[in-house]
Amino acid sequence: MSRASLHPLTIGSLLLAGVAAPLLFPAYTNQIAVLWLMIVFASTWDILGGQMGYNSLGNIFFFGAGMYTSAVVQIGLFYDVGMYTSGARTTHIVFTNAQYFTGFTLGVIAAGVVACVLALVTSWIVFGLRGPYFAIGTLGVAVAGAELMASWEWVGAAAGISMPVFPGGPEAQKLFFYFLLFGLAFLVLVFLRWLYSTSFGLAINAIRDDEEKAEAMGLYTRRYKRTAWAISAFFLGIAGAIFGNMTGFIEPRDIAFPTTTFNIFMILMVLLGGKGTFWGPVVGAVIFHVIKEVTWTYFLGWQFVALGLLIVIIVVYFQQGIVGWLMEKYPQRFGIRVAPKEKEVRSHAIGFAPNAEGAE
Amino acid sequence: MEQVIGNISVLATMPIFNLGLLIDGLMVGSIFALAAYGLALVWGVMNVKNLAQGDFIMIGGYLTWNLDRFGFNPLLGVPLAIVVLWGIGWFLYRTVVSKVITRDLFTSLLATFGIAIVIQQGLNLAFGPDTQSAQADLPTLTFANGLITVATTRIIGFALAILLAVAVILFMKKSRMGQAIRATAQDARAARVLGIDTEKVYSFTFCLNAAICGATGALVALVWNVQPFLGTTYSIRLFVIVTAAGFGNLPGVIASGFGMGIFEQFGGFVLGAEFQQALIVLLLLAVLAVRQLQQLRVRQAVQ
Repeated sequence: MSRASLHPLTIGSLLLAGVAAPLLFPAYTNQIAVLWLMIVFASTWDILGGQMGYNSLGNIFFFGAGMYTSAVVQIGLFYDVGMYTSGARTTHIVFTNAQYFTGFTLGVIAAGVVACVLALVTSWIVFGLRGPYFAIGTLGVAVAGAELMASWEWVGAAAGISMPVFPGGPEAQKLFFYFLLFGLAFLVLVFLRWLYSTSFGLAINAIRDDEEKAEAMGLYTRRYKRTAWAISAFFLGIAGAIFGNMTGFIEPRDIAFPTTTFNIFMILMVLLGGKGTFWGPVVGAVIFHVIKEVTWTYFLGWQFVALGLLIVIIVVYFQQGIVGWLMEKYPQRFGIRVAPKEKEVRSHAIGFAPNAEGAE
Repeated sequence: MEQVIGNISVLATMPIFNLGLLIDGLMVGSIFALAAYGLALVWGVMNVKNLAQGDFIMIGGYLTWNLDRFGFNPLLGVPLAIVVLWGIGWFLYRTVVSKVITRDLFTSLLATFGIAIVIQQGLNLAFGPDTQSAQADLPTLTFANGLITVATTRIIGFALAILLAVAVILFMKKSRMGQAIRATAQDARAARVLGIDTEKVYSFTFCLNAAICGATGALVALVWNVQPFLGTTYSIRLFVIVTAAGFGNLPGVIASGFGMGIFEQFGGFVLGAEFQQALIVLLLLAVLAVRQLQQLRVRQAVQ
């Protein structure tokens, strides 16, 4: 069983990195904020995909659901949502400071709660499904979310919603959302570290390794699966609420439920870093995001073609990921004891599925 | 809401409209059934769930549209798409699919999803994001005092779809390769023991599926329209069809293809065209939920 909390040095360096980054690179505050968001994406995807062995293609559903929930709460507390989102609206609506921050706080909380509830509801549909059916079913949930929002006039349909404007200046706004996203990522990492050290962590690992056996051993697998799904939904909902306010404009297909960008990034980052390891998603997110931000503009419109190729290459040739590869290469460094003569054959599983033990 | 009720009452009071929708549904359904058969084939033989199926269809569609744009008869798109997609299928099999067959299912799903993104974006870059359709310049037939209209292209599409389906089925039943494919689907190991080159069978199956998709796409461009990002919708439709029927069940796949076509026509008429996408996805979730209830019953029986 891994340690229940992060090493104090790790916590210190994380906090230092989080605070120092916007001071050192003030021009890139937004990009670094999105990096923390990516870490949230990858780490929460890995709860199901890596630790529980349920590869979801629809986690983005909760991101979008959180975004729309917070928008509706923030606007609905003070104005009529249908009027606010209508294309015919001519009056300019202003939110006072107090209105903005009350709305925002309540919106973020509501986003987390609603995403959680939606996870419990959708779990009735998706968790009877195994393997590829689960992936397709969850993809269906995400696409359904986008399509329903795109045809629902009350929340602006395909035209989207302009979020309430942040009452401070642009610099204050950047830092405000930066620290919110950093705080969220930090919280997620600390929480997941603790979660994976509990018997819950062992239970979801058991589900990944052999679900029938886990059930036979007396684990009520459905409850664990549902809880894991709800946990990742909760954080994604909050992330959606913060990101929606950060961009200032939300729209169903490309911002709230982007099935072919953020949704696929999360999986890609996890695979790149190493599925089922604690640091893998973080490493993958950092590498992926930095490479993407640096090279994206040089592709001149071919970004998404490159992205698709990258998916194919990583999935086909490098599925164990960076951390997984390191663990295979230098197992001792990760606290995995290797029997001297026996050569372990692990080719039958999904590439390399490391133990929970010492996955630091 | 009132509009929906109004549309339903139109259907109830004017039964002739039902007939029109039914005919349209059957014609559209025949095209779905063809592509769904290809998906079921790859699924059953290689255990690869091809999420790029819809995007293969779009390539076929764009080939046809380009023929039309450069002044050729768009009907030539069907054989052209078959040949080109066969080549693309072979290339993708060599580079990607052959390496994921033995891996777990999520790998193949994700790899084909990657292929789907490449195709979508490639088509978008090459031809722009606009909706296009090929014009065959054929007359539209009207029946029952103009209440039922049937475009000749749809009739041709229907006939071609049926023709292709029959050809593929005969091929699977009669030819040596077809027998080998069926044997591999039943038990790949036993087939290998009996001297069937399963690697060749897999490659052939994937190419055949791509070619079927290409032909389907050509028909789609004639009958409907093509757009780079419509591929995903087709993929989901085909998954609904195959999941509802079960992939080993060929008559079931064809029947549920027709069912899908009819469902979409009626759903689109009653709710309005803008709900079409949402309708398909919700149908997917419904089918999965029903399947799950069935499994639950089986499980209880076992316990």
